[in-house]
Amino acid sequence: MTGPTITGFLLGSLSWGALPFVRAWREPNISEIIGAGAGSIVVIGAVVTIALITWLQAWEYLWTQWFTSLDHKKIGIMYIVIALVMLSRALIEAVLIRSQQAAAINGPGFVEPGHFAQLFSTHGSIMIFFMAMPFLTGMVNYVVPLQIGARDMAFPYLNSVGLWLTAGGSGLMMASLVVGEFSTGGWSGYPPYTELNFSGGPGPDYWIWAITLASIGSTTAGINIACTIYKFRAPGMTFLRMPLFCWTAVCTAILMIFAMPPLTVATALLAADRYLGTHFFTDDLGGNMMNYVNLFWLFGHPEVYIVVLPSFGVYSEVVSAFSSKELYGYKSLVIATMAIGVLSFTVWLHHFFTMGQSADINAVFGIATMAIAIPTGVKIYDWIFTMFRGEVRFTPPMVLSLAFMVTFVLGGFTGVILATPPLNYMVHNTLFVVAHFHNMLIPGTLYGLLAGYMYWFPKAFGFRLNERLGWISAGCWITGFYLAFFPLYVLGASGMARRTHEVFDPAFRPWLYVALFGAFVLFTALVTLFVQLFVSIRDRHANMVAVGDPWDARGLEWSVAAPPPEWNFAVIPQVESRDAFYWRKRNREAYKPVDHYQDIELPKPSACGVIVGLSAAACGFGLVWRIWWLVALFGAVVVATVIIRSFLRDVTRTIPAAEVEAFDRRWLAQAHYAKPVSRQREMSRRNEGLAEWTA
Amino acid sequence: MDSVGPQLRHAGLNLEDDPRESRHQVESDVFGFWIFLMSDAVIFALLFALYGTMLGARAGGPGPADEFKIGSAFVETLILLTSSFTFGMTSLCLKRDHKPQRLTLWLALTLLLGLAFLGMEIHDFVTMVSHGATASRSAFLSGFFVLVGVHGLHVTFGSLWILVMVAQVATLGRDAKVKINLIRLSLFWHFLDVIWVAIFSVVYLQGLIVPGGGS
Ligand code: HEM
Ligand SMILES: [Cu+2]
Repeated sequence: MTGPTITGFLLGSLSWGALPFVRAWREPNISEIIGAGAGSIVVIGAVVTIALITWLQAWEYLWTQWFTSLDHKKIGIMYIVIALVMLSRALIEAVLIRSQQAAAINGPGFVEPGHFAQLFSTHGSIMIFFMAMPFLTGMVNYVVPLQIGARDMAFPYLNSVGLWLTAGGSGLMMASLVVGEFSTGGWSGYPPYTELNFSGGPGPDYWIWAITLASIGSTTAGINIACTIYKFRAPGMTFLRMPLFCWTAVCTAILMIFAMPPLTVATALLAADRYLGTHFFTDDLGGNMMNYVNLFWLFGHPEVYIVVLPSFGVYSEVVSAFSSKELYGYKSLVIATMAIGVLSFTVWLHHFFTMGQSADINAVFGIATMAIAIPTGVKIYDWIFTMFRGEVRFTPPMVLSLAFMVTFVLGGFTGVILATPPLNYMVHNTLFVVAHFHNMLIPGTLYGLLAGYMYWFPKAFGFRLNERLGWISAGCWITGFYLAFFPLYVLGASGMARRTHEVFDPAFRPWLYVALFGAFVLFTALVTLFVQLFVSIRDRHANMVAVGDPWDARGLEWSVAAPPPEWNFAVIPQVESRDAFYWRKRNREAYKPVDHYQDIELPKPSACGVIVGLSAAACGFGLVWRIWWLVALFGAVVVATVIIRSFLRDVTRTIPAAEVEAFDRRWLAQAHYAKPVSRQREMSRRNEGLAEWTA
Repeated sequence: MDSVGPQLRHAGLNLEDDPRESRHQVESDVFGFWIFLMSDAVIFALLFALYGTMLGARAGGPGPADEFKIGSAFVETLILLTSSFTFGMTSLCLKRDHKPQRLTLWLALTLLLGLAFLGMEIHDFVTMVSHGATASRSAFLSGFFVLVGVHGLHVTFGSLWILVMVAQVATLGRDAKVKINLIRLSLFWHFLDVIWVAIFSVVYLQGLIVPGGGS
């Protein structure tokens, strides 16, 4: 593609036309202007952020305290920051998709077909790989070590590498707005459409490399989480004493370990086809795109459980805490979780019932799919029975949990419809499918992650989030979902195809308008979420819960200060039962000084993770534009960094016992002077983070 | 933590002087690597499966009987198996605490064998390519080159790793981390051996069984 010129060497296939601004200048129509606008938002956003950080002189602070930190808590928070940024972008794109379809009834609408295809491709890819995955990885990262009584993850440095690979992948997604264009092949990137002869531009390459970075990052995260839970539980924290969130985390980790490789193979082989001229999935010389489809869904189906299980964990914690009851049917929840994990590998074919297998094979996979409804149903009943006769408080996380239970069951019903091959033939590739998977993913993943965010926020930052805005946001997420997606069931059943750029049936108009309105309500929900954050930070002094247990909750994570010290626990706790902290409070053993404080060894901050992740992204950028020197240079930087790091020995630092003791005693004094707050008043300013536990 | 007894579970580790804390860390470091290998094994399993589905997809191009040379594949097998033996000797040196030179010697020998393997493999590949049997000729050849090539990349990476470990033994001596890395490296190296045995059976031996036959 490149000539032998010097610019060809330096810039690969990059040219002026890659910039949306230039394209909009040459061809000023609304579609290009939206593209240029999006590009400008990225550029301006980056410039403003950099300027702001410089103006606040915060670079050093950010670099030493955050970017290079190997503390699992900070890494967790950074993951979630990425997720929230990417959620905003993908949600705006969703609003654009809905607007286009509502505007394009018997007309072209305002977004060009290619641009429209990029919108749903980026929306889907981002929501899965750069919203749901970082969000849940971040949450697991933050919460699990605290819940099992560990000081950090098993591999803090690998943890940082995973974070920065995800950040690098997100960077590539953002770069595709400014330089060139994204794939038009959907989030699943099916070949042969995404092969060179149909999609010659940089689009699929952006998709391939962004996804590859994310999936490698997730594999490392999975290894890390599994190893942490297997090897770093506190003494006495047997498997069946772990909080349920840990169980879902370990199950998700196992799924990541086994399900990310198929994705890596799929994207790598697609890349081989595009870069090396192999014929894995091409439509000539023996290539077979069904191999891709199988690989992709071998990952894709477990993936939906990867993103859904941690939220199930959150619901288990939230429902139990805000009902003040032990989790009902703990063991059945554990078994159900693991059963779902195993079954999730046996159903991938239901994503392509229509692609040529025999009816018998379809029947087997259809039945296997329906079987998953059983363990899921068990869970729903367990949560309901947990609430039964409990002292239920309708905090925002609890409201989201309740909305989840109702909505998810409805989505499950449509899932059973889709799992029936003859019915699937009728509605496959229509908006019915889109309605179904959003009906699972929004309550099943997003609500849970948001509930977890609101539930653990006071733990992480030491003050509560504003509940009123939390309710408004939750209310908008709930009504917005119903308005935006239930019409799609109707549209899909009436035959409207998904990924449609123009609509030719005027009868669809009212439904499309309702769905558009719903998308706006969802957007309001997102805005409210940020307003809530802003208002809560502004009013933080009135809502401090420094003692650390604002909800009279149960797990070990609530037994330390809020925010917890870097070392989490002054001494590694000894666990006697499930809900360890709850019983410690009841037995009047909580908030006791330690007999003997000891030095604590923690990992030192390291720049290696940042360098590896961002260099890998630069390498990916070079691959997209075929700038080979960039690929070689940053590839070498990655390898060199890993090697150099392996020679370093001075990688830990010791917190002296005196410092640990001073912190602990200060916190104990705070706990001593705080006024316990009753459950009825936990959403008031009287909540200092010390729960009244006589009741 | 109580689940981990004080005994040493990994051959070649003698960290008696180290506190319990770091021994616990060792457990988890090696265990984590096992998990990684499982994940890597999935990648190979999928590549094998793909190769299987593409056996017949020759598109009129050359097939196994035309291109595979069982002789050189057999020699490669012997070389790689021997390198596993020499790595075994490295592990014994690590455990029995012989002189560092001896450990380095066995490591270097392993490296040489690894490089010899790679040299032969590259030679085979180049010969194939010179016949026009390239990865872009047919799906079958794509599957072949990628399956065998990914194994070769792993061996390349393993060789680089050996080099790094030789340097570490020389500069850092045998501290706990060097030992852990040697143990991980040995797992990696033996793993590659196992994969190669599968490649030898599935790719090369099977290529003999179906002389020029269709799918
Ligand atoms: C929060 C509000 C959301 C809205 C308004 C929304 C809206 C949409 C729309 C309009 C489409 C395109 C439908 C079509 O093909 O015609 C779509 C596709 C998709 N969405 Fe969402 N979505 C939302 C959240 C999510 C979430 C949370 C996830 C995943 C965690 C997600 C994952 C996807 C995926 C995977 C696709 C398919 C993309 C493709 O066709 O390749 N969405 N969404
Ligand atoms: Cu599925």
